[in-house]
Amino acid sequence: MNYYVKKALHYPQFMLFFILAIILILIPILAPWLAPNDPIENDYENLMITSSAKYPLGTDQIGRCFLSRLIYGGRTSLLIVFIVIAISAFVGILLGVLAGYLGGKTDMFITRFTDIVMAVPQTVFVIALVSVLGASLGNTILAMSLVSWTEYCRVTRALVMSLKQNPYVEEGRMGGMSELKVILKLLLPNVFPYLLVNITQDIGAKLLTLSGLSLLGLASQPPTPEWGYMLSEGRQFMQAAPRLIVLPGMTIVLNVVVFNLLGDSLRDILDPRFTKKKTQRRQLKLWKEST
Amino acid sequence: MNKTLKYVIGRVLFIIPIMLILSFFVFVLTYLSPSDPVMLKYAHMGETPDAAVVAAEREALGLNDPLMVQYGRWLWKALHGDLGESYKSGKPVWNTMLERIPNTLKLTGATILLTIVLCVPLGVVSAVNQNRFIDYLIRFISFFGVSMPSFWVGFLLMLLFGVKLKILPVMGSGDFKHIILPSVTLAFWMISLYVRRVRGSMLEEMNKDYLNGGLARGLPKRQIIFRQILPNSLLSVITMFGMSIGGLMGGATIIETIFEWKGVGKMAVDAIAVKDFPVIQGYILWMAVIYVMINLIVDLLYRFLDPRIRLEGR
Repeated sequence: MNYYVKKALHYPQFMLFFILAIILILIPILAPWLAPNDPIENDYENLMITSSAKYPLGTDQIGRCFLSRLIYGGRTSLLIVFIVIAISAFVGILLGVLAGYLGGKTDMFITRFTDIVMAVPQTVFVIALVSVLGASLGNTILAMSLVSWTEYCRVTRALVMSLKQNPYVEEGRMGGMSELKVILKLLLPNVFPYLLVNITQDIGAKLLTLSGLSLLGLASQPPTPEWGYMLSEGRQFMQAAPRLIVLPGMTIVLNVVVFNLLGDSLRDILDPRFTKKKTQRRQLKLWKEST
Repeated sequence: MNKTLKYVIGRVLFIIPIMLILSFFVFVLTYLSPSDPVMLKYAHMGETPDAAVVAAEREALGLNDPLMVQYGRWLWKALHGDLGESYKSGKPVWNTMLERIPNTLKLTGATILLTIVLCVPLGVVSAVNQNRFIDYLIRFISFFGVSMPSFWVGFLLMLLFGVKLKILPVMGSGDFKHIILPSVTLAFWMISLYVRRVRGSMLEEMNKDYLNGGLARGLPKRQIIFRQILPNSLLSVITMFGMSIGGLMGGATIIETIFEWKGVGKMAVDAIAVKDFPVIQGYILWMAVIYVMINLIVDLLYRFLDPRIRLEGR
């Protein structure tokens, strides 16, 4: 890992987005110290004000500090997203390693199963499951995890299948390593850097899915602040106070953009397929000059 | 040829287990739900029925039968176009859906049309002018297009065109003017996604050696781009496009809700709010059928379009 850390330090672009991402994660964690007011306390004397010394970004329709709600909002959104990704990455990697390493019938069974789950329209499935089981944090996490492990499984399977052809795997086995040890010590450490790129890029995608769900009232329960739900509340007051829909949306976009760019720059570092870029550029230059 | 036929048959047959599993899932979902359908029905009518009446009705509906018997009966009915009656309105679900489906098809159709018309030319322009100003501009806009929640884009468009400029209706479904905002909202996301993909696969194709043949013979650049690079790069994009249509349908559910567009998605969201399970079942089943069918068509189309596969074994 030391090698990657050293490499990362040489990519200022990556370091920039890494630091920004850390800040975005720290904001909701440190919310009690950062937020100027209580996010669920109503101040009926200051309804829908645009801005004041006490409320920098104003208040909403029932007099709650909007800035505090934005800061606290990340708690629900980012927490759900990280748990969903942790669960689906774990399940996906586990099944992917099994399918790729064992091959044969296990592989066929897991691949078919993955195909079937991937044949389900994801958003529709999540909406359906949450609406029938009832909207709650746990059900949202369950429904989102159930459909999102497939991508990890597919990628891991393909990576393991190509990695296990390498002589060092055979050597490890001949040297007396158990199958489990081969997987844990030889395969997973080499698979993980690629998956890290997928995981990072998934954060943005999941944030978007989640915001849609909570817009429909399927993710968080009021009065807990959550960006998507804030949009859904603010939409009735669009004409009178556009900031109620502009600001939560911008917060979501900021988070998605930072995690997407972090994923892109991580890929530049970790994925050798993309270090070929230089030769590609040379070829493209040739093509441009020739005409 | 034999191989292709075998693939087509295998691929078509594969939708049978998928549809069985999906329909079973749809059924079990409501079977497992904590609410009792008979109680819900009476609750919607605003009555508190006698325990004996409820028991009799449960028996009549067959709710005491084993799970598989109930599933078999439900599936048999569903195959004959009987999806049960809405708890809320008492109308057959299938009739309501027939009213709503054309609206949803109109919206997604307009979106797909907009996407195809715009994403290919923009992707080509972006790829051909790689790392020039126009390329950076297209990439910048499309990057934000995929990073914004599509419904938020919808809100912003509503604010701009409906509230500030007052030139387009904000909500409702009806004439041509109503479809503009929701379809542009949905298309903005799709276009952003596909401009990036068209660009990426064009650039990949531009790096391949076969182009040297055309260049060496002195073919015009335009001809190489449109006759060789574009068709080849669109092949991979088509498969991805099919996969996104499921996402588009899901997205359409949310967009229909915020624009009050009377489609199947709006119907489902309204049904979710009151736990109207037959309607929710109908919606999921319809979505699943559409999604599976589109994937089937795209897979077969890909086989047919790719000369490497189509001509295999000849």
